[in-house]
Amino acid sequence: MSALLWTLVGLPALAGTLLCLGGRRLTRIAAPLSVTVVALITVLSVLAAVRRPALELPFITGAGFGLAVDPLSAVVLPTVALVALLVLVFASTRDIAGEVSPPTRFHGLMLIFVAAVVVTVTATTLPALLFAWEVMGAMSYALIGFRRQDQDRVSAGLTAFLTTRTADLGLYGATAAALAAGTGAAFVELPAAEEGWRHVIAAGVLLAALGKAAQLPFSFWLSRAMEGPSPVSALLHSAAMVAMGGYLLLRVAPLLQVTGWAGAVTAWVGVLTALVLGVVALAQKDLKQLLAASTAAQLGFVVLGAGLGAVAGGTAHLIAHAATKALLFLVAGAWLSALGTKKLRALRGAARRWPLVGVAFTLGALSLAGVAPLALWSTKDAVLAAAREASPGLYVIGLIASALSAAYAGKALVIVWRRPRPATSLNYDTEEQGSRRIGLWEEIPLLVLAAGATVLGVLALPPVGTTLRVFLGDEGSSTASWWELVLSAVLALAVLLLVARVGVPEPRWAARWFGLERAAHVLVVAPVLSLARALARFDDHVVDRGLLHGAALVARTARGAAHVDDTHVDRAVTATSRGTSAAAVALERADTGGIDAVVRAVGRGARRLGALARRPQTGQVHQYYAQAAVFLAAALILLLLVR
Amino acid sequence: MLSLVIFLPLAAALVLAVVPGIPDAVARWAWVAVTAVEVVLVAVLWAGFERPGDGGVAFEEQVAWIPTVGSSYHVGVDGLSLPLLALTAVVFLACAVHAVAERDRPRPQSALFLFLQTSCLGVFAAQDLILFFLFFDLSIVGMYFVIAGWGHGNAAASALKFFLYTFLGSLALLLGFIGLYLFSEPRTFDMVELAESAPLDGNPVAGGFVLGAILLGLAIKTPTFPFHTWLPPAHTDAPAIGSAVLAGILLKLGTYGFVRIAMPMLPAAWRDWAWVIVVVGIVSVLYGALVALAQTDLKRMIAYTSVNHMGYVVLAVGAAGVAGGTDTQARELAVTGALTQMVSHGLITAALFLLAGVLRARAGTYHMSAFGGLASVAPRFAVLFAVGAFASLGLPGFSGFIAEFQIFAGAIGAVPWTALALPGILLTAALFLLATQRLLTGEVREKAVGFTDLRASEVLSIGPLLLLSLLIGVFPRPLLELIEPAAAVVVDLVGR
Repeated sequence: MSALLWTLVGLPALAGTLLCLGGRRLTRIAAPLSVTVVALITVLSVLAAVRRPALELPFITGAGFGLAVDPLSAVVLPTVALVALLVLVFASTRDIAGEVSPPTRFHGLMLIFVAAVVVTVTATTLPALLFAWEVMGAMSYALIGFRRQDQDRVSAGLTAFLTTRTADLGLYGATAAALAAGTGAAFVELPAAEEGWRHVIAAGVLLAALGKAAQLPFSFWLSRAMEGPSPVSALLHSAAMVAMGGYLLLRVAPLLQVTGWAGAVTAWVGVLTALVLGVVALAQKDLKQLLAASTAAQLGFVVLGAGLGAVAGGTAHLIAHAATKALLFLVAGAWLSALGTKKLRALRGAARRWPLVGVAFTLGALSLAGVAPLALWSTKDAVLAAAREASPGLYVIGLIASALSAAYAGKALVIVWRRPRPATSLNYDTEEQGSRRIGLWEEIPLLVLAAGATVLGVLALPPVGTTLRVFLGDEGSSTASWWELVLSAVLALAVLLLVARVGVPEPRWAARWFGLERAAHVLVVAPVLSLARALARFDDHVVDRGLLHGAALVARTARGAAHVDDTHVDRAVTATSRGTSAAAVALERADTGGIDAVVRAVGRGARRLGALARRPQTGQVHQYYAQAAVFLAAALILLLLVR
Repeated sequence: MLSLVIFLPLAAALVLAVVPGIPDAVARWAWVAVTAVEVVLVAVLWAGFERPGDGGVAFEEQVAWIPTVGSSYHVGVDGLSLPLLALTAVVFLACAVHAVAERDRPRPQSALFLFLQTSCLGVFAAQDLILFFLFFDLSIVGMYFVIAGWGHGNAAASALKFFLYTFLGSLALLLGFIGLYLFSEPRTFDMVELAESAPLDGNPVAGGFVLGAILLGLAIKTPTFPFHTWLPPAHTDAPAIGSAVLAGILLKLGTYGFVRIAMPMLPAAWRDWAWVIVVVGIVSVLYGALVALAQTDLKRMIAYTSVNHMGYVVLAVGAAGVAGGTDTQARELAVTGALTQMVSHGLITAALFLLAGVLRARAGTYHMSAFGGLASVAPRFAVLFAVGAFASLGLPGFSGFIAEFQIFAGAIGAVPWTALALPGILLTAALFLLATQRLLTGEVREKAVGFTDLRASEVLSIGPLLLLSLLIGVFPRPLLELIEPAAAVVVDLVGR
């Protein structure tokens, strides 16, 4: 059984590493290999969903590396694998090739990413999760900055990695707390952890999940991440990696509930992100930016569901959103490669030019808008039903947020179906050279995803929805009543009509994502960099010099000692030697000349010692060190005396 | 067998130094051959290693040496020293392979490095304080000549600073050793006996004094804040393979001393002062990372990250001793993490320093601003540097993660406020990604134009180090199974 899990993880990891290290020689086989591997993974993940393999490897003391397919991962794993497959098929086509060249590196990184996602989804312990979690982040970094000759894109990757890793510190803390609490690091045991540690665990996991899911206040990294290739946005920044933030919260929903505060905090962060990022999406003039803001907003609903314990509703929304958003990102990528732009203004009429793609985009946008009976309509209502039960505030804000989804989806939809103006084509090819072509193999994945965006709403409606609730063990949470479903469908249609008739406000104050990145820069990045520079100066001028000053102090002490030596000791020695000489003279009279010579020698020796003692005042650093060594020797003598 | 492992390089060094007329090429390849044999011999030791009883050592050899002061030639290995012996063998082999193409006085260089290898192996195998001290000092002497003889820039001054500073540290260490000797009953320098009897446990004043001396010596060697300022100039001016040994092995002599000498022999004093050690560790982690972040010179940057990485070790061994609580498991985890970190840092930082050396060999500078777009002109360099950078910032899949994860999981469990050091892993991520970005990405410019990619000898020296880090990162159990029992013994001894 565990061989299945080993294959699911090992196959893409090995194939990916091979492609990354293989270089140009493997260019021709890169795409076929990655598509084949992920196709196999898709099949195997379905098999795994049925057979439910489990694996527990010893890792570090007290915390094993556990993987297993449980009901939640049985639903999510095949979804993610299928989306990955479709995205890779799309990325293998000739027209997209330019954006993802060299294919060896692109497919290699994507395959390693897939392996990390498999581990993330199936992880049953915190170390296994953290392991894969950070690998996903690193792959996201490498894929966002995929065109590495372009410093802006690489910086965007850096922003994404550092922002999510900031949040990941929570997972390090949570794992440490779980081990300290003595309950072990398995997810199922976390709610039973000792009270104090339990709060730390919940806070840490929550922090990490919010960072990955681009929830407030971390959302800005997702905006920068849009500088990566479109297939990357379609997989990492909608269906897989960002969604894993929501997934983690669904997985630990029992822990969030049991702490008393974490569930409520999660729910409020989720619903506020849905609201605020909805406004941000409305204000965007770039299709990918609009979709990115919308991703954060839609995951807000998943997070809301997780916070309220509505695991089935959250999961359904997660899956429906994965299909919908991957579709929309791929269409954006297809248009970008064909027209050389993703600016909404320039995409005017794009749907008319390639009707099949246009229809697919329409289905995705209508699903996003929450139009019945498309996917996100009913899944979002399943989450909102739980919100209504928990708090009227959550429900009302959630409804406003869903109206906003309809508004921004409508905004994109309207513009791509409008007749192009003569000036529209002037804005083509502003970002890259478009091919004016969308091939069949680009369209096929779009159609599959469009089918998903159309029908996946059944996951939240009886009878499939009921089955899912039973399957996930979430029979208890409330379901959307008929009037809620009708209300949200009417709301979505009304907003869409309004947008088509009147247009949408584009609040300029929200266009730059409320300045979240700027704030992070001013409040965190700049102070840290200043501190680093200040400490570097401190290190050179104070710590290192301090050492020299210390040595100089030793030298001054030595000089003082030398002075004492000159004025007192030396004189005393001289006097003694004189006295001795006098005595010797007296003794010589007694005809013992031999002794006299010895005593003279002693006197001379003493004088020489006095002169020697003056020598430390040289100003030579290394001699000061030598004196410090002498000081240590003195300490040794002290030790001997103590003993 | 163990003595053979220790002294084979020295014997080879003598032959190379004494026999006249050995051609350069022969000297180079003899060096590679001897270090390769060393790796095989250590592998044989590892394969034949059977866990000794608590506090005992395997492959023990003891010969009377200076019986009047209770000092003998006593060597042996346990789970603390075997990983470090293996690390030493591997890093020195990598250096020998790396230097195959070098032209600067190969014969004395080979002899010197072989001598240095014996002194490092000797420190890790020594079970007698005088022997330990002897090898410890010889390593300083060897490294002095490496920097002064084959360094560049201000090599003479840096070498002298290194020598005097670390020699001062070793004198403090000697003072501490003599303190241990004076309080032992019967008087002995034998490390196994001293660990068993813990002679200063009933005497907090003298114990504190002796621990202070030993800690000063080890802190200079490790180095921890504020005793680290010899490190950046020494690295900047040292040759690439010298830096690799300095960072990869010599720094470990300091941290190894904590777990081998300070903790088992002075448990009561260690517990009394553990919180100071934890604070020094946390400060080193954050301070080292922040100062590294501000560097523009790649080698200085990596040097400061060593302060950060060794800070984790200090933090962990300190946390393992903080009094109160019965969380043995957390303490063992912290000490296991500390030892893993020593191995991990040795592998990764040696690789990074070798890569930094390539920059200087090609372009004559370590300044990151002089490069850009190396990924386009030197793909092999780019892959290895990127892998090294991610390994060093503690990415899962590499040994650094295993180490730092255990250190934090253990230390926070034992002493919750060690979580203050967590931002260290964020800062290292930032600085390594910034360095990667500056060197590898963007337009090909300045010194990167016409940059020759890594040669076979460079790939074959750097690649295996990172591959080992990857292997430990993915399959940590073989290493951890060796370390964990030894770490448990240390925690047990310090908790007496």
